[in-house]
Amino acid sequence: MGLGSDMYRQQILDHYKNPRNYGELEDPTFTHVGENPMCGDEIRMDVQLADDGETIERVAFRGDGCAISQASASMLSGELAGTTLAELHEMDRDDVIDMLGVDISPMRVKCAVLAEKVAQDGAEIYQGDLDVDKTTTED
Amino acid sequence: MSQRNLEALDVGAIREAFPILQREFNGEQLVYLDNAATTQTPDPVIDAMSDYYREYNANVHRGIHHLSQEASIAYEEAHDRVAEFIGASGGREEIVFTKNTTEAENLVAYAWGLNELGPGDEIVLTEMEHHASLVTWQQIGKRTGAEVKYIRIDDDGRLDMDHAADLITDDTAMVSAVHVSNTLGTVNPVSDLVDIAHDHDALAFIDGAQAVPNRPVDVEAIDADFYAFSGHKMAGPTGIGVLYGKKAVLEAMQPYLYGGDMITKVTYEESTWNDLPWKFEAGTPQIAEAVGLVAAIDYLEDIGMDRIEAHEQELARYAYEQLGAEPDVEIYGPEPGPDRGGLVGFNLEGVHAHDLASIMNDHAVAIRAGDHCTQPLHDKLGVAASARASFYVYNTTAEIDELAVAIDNARQLFA
Repeated sequence: MGLGSDMYRQQILDHYKNPRNYGELEDPTFTHVGENPMCGDEIRMDVQLADDGETIERVAFRGDGCAISQASASMLSGELAGTTLAELHEMDRDDVIDMLGVDISPMRVKCAVLAEKVAQDGAEIYQGDLDVDKTTTED
Repeated sequence: MSQRNLEALDVGAIREAFPILQREFNGEQLVYLDNAATTQTPDPVIDAMSDYYREYNANVHRGIHHLSQEASIAYEEAHDRVAEFIGASGGREEIVFTKNTTEAENLVAYAWGLNELGPGDEIVLTEMEHHASLVTWQQIGKRTGAEVKYIRIDDDGRLDMDHAADLITDDTAMVSAVHVSNTLGTVNPVSDLVDIAHDHDALAFIDGAQAVPNRPVDVEAIDADFYAFSGHKMAGPTGIGVLYGKKAVLEAMQPYLYGGDMITKVTYEESTWNDLPWKFEAGTPQIAEAVGLVAAIDYLEDIGMDRIEAHEQELARYAYEQLGAEPDVEIYGPEPGPDRGGLVGFNLEGVHAHDLASIMNDHAVAIRAGDHCTQPLHDKLGVAASARASFYVYNTTAEIDELAVAIDNARQLFA
């Protein structure tokens, strides 16, 4: 039995152990939380928009949970800086899986996409198009 | 009762009856340690169900023809066989086939609970209940006004029986408890619990989903009013569970599902109910599954329930020692012994249980990770999820060694 693992490549483990943009923003444009109660994965994301009200300037997150969900949030927080809300809304699960760069088994996709869904739902709530307290990808 | 036979199992011979255990993933042979979720199915069970479909498949109870007679006899006699297996002297009238343990719990909750409970009544559960009973009685409580209370567990994961004695009073109408915890592995003193319930004229429902598969169970020695378990956790098929109920209690209950087979006379205005147990088995039942369940019982009894219990305890002890030797592994539930069943729930520090299960899966080791349908218990343990290795007749200490190696791999990956 070797140490090789399809899902737990170095990049995932590195982001899990050393999450980027971990913490809070001082004055976020919007904040949203997500939770997968059966997994116990939690992510809280702060997003700061530029003055154009469209471009994402900074993202910070805090969270708890499995390596896939937390690494995904860490990587996404970096990816989103500089993109627009419109581009955020166009992201789908394939984009997240591409970003992670590993094969995500079907049962773990909900972990991988939680951060993306939190960011998207947070933006939609900010734009007045959605009304939810918490996001989940466990349905 | 016959003398206990504790001769070690011939696991090599047993494994030959389970072709699925030969499966390989990426060149590594399956190590199946998720038996508390579902057990694998031996050839005699698959063959019995296959024979049913090849030889005598028909609907039961209503056919005049040969096939229906054969199917009806097999289906009805399956109830007798189950009754004999769990020591129900009332025979088939005390054995209702359901979809699973959860449905058995719901049957009693709907047929008895909704009709009998009201404000002022109390339902006593344990903190280690499976959602099957916890959610069910919680909702019945909300609908009837009955209050739900929980018997505490102590730091070792055992029921606090002093608290049970305080909590169960003359206001208690129902005590529902797991026989063996699916998360902690604790074997509860259910017969003591039933005695306390009966001292206060309460009924007692015992969830035996994790007990019947791996130890001798005598429902009359326990004196439970209701006792439930599932076929697929005891080498049998999915889709069939058993509700045992004392005859007098079942007779006093209204039906849960209405329809064909559960009636005797129907007019446009009125219907009358069939005898036990058919009153509770509306519609075409799980005939092939009943045949499969009988084959599973025959298979297990042929090995011997005492021997199966001893084998599981041995594996649980070995796993406890192998895993528990490392300080970064926390094992839940009591130490190995007679009040601990053959499953080991644990967490590896710094590694989420789902990550652990995924890494194990990369090495063809199948374990369960999650909340195991006991979310409130996990809240109490202070963790979102746990990993669980659970064993059955075909598992070996060598497989537990594989488990320990896989845990070590996860430890190194996440270090």
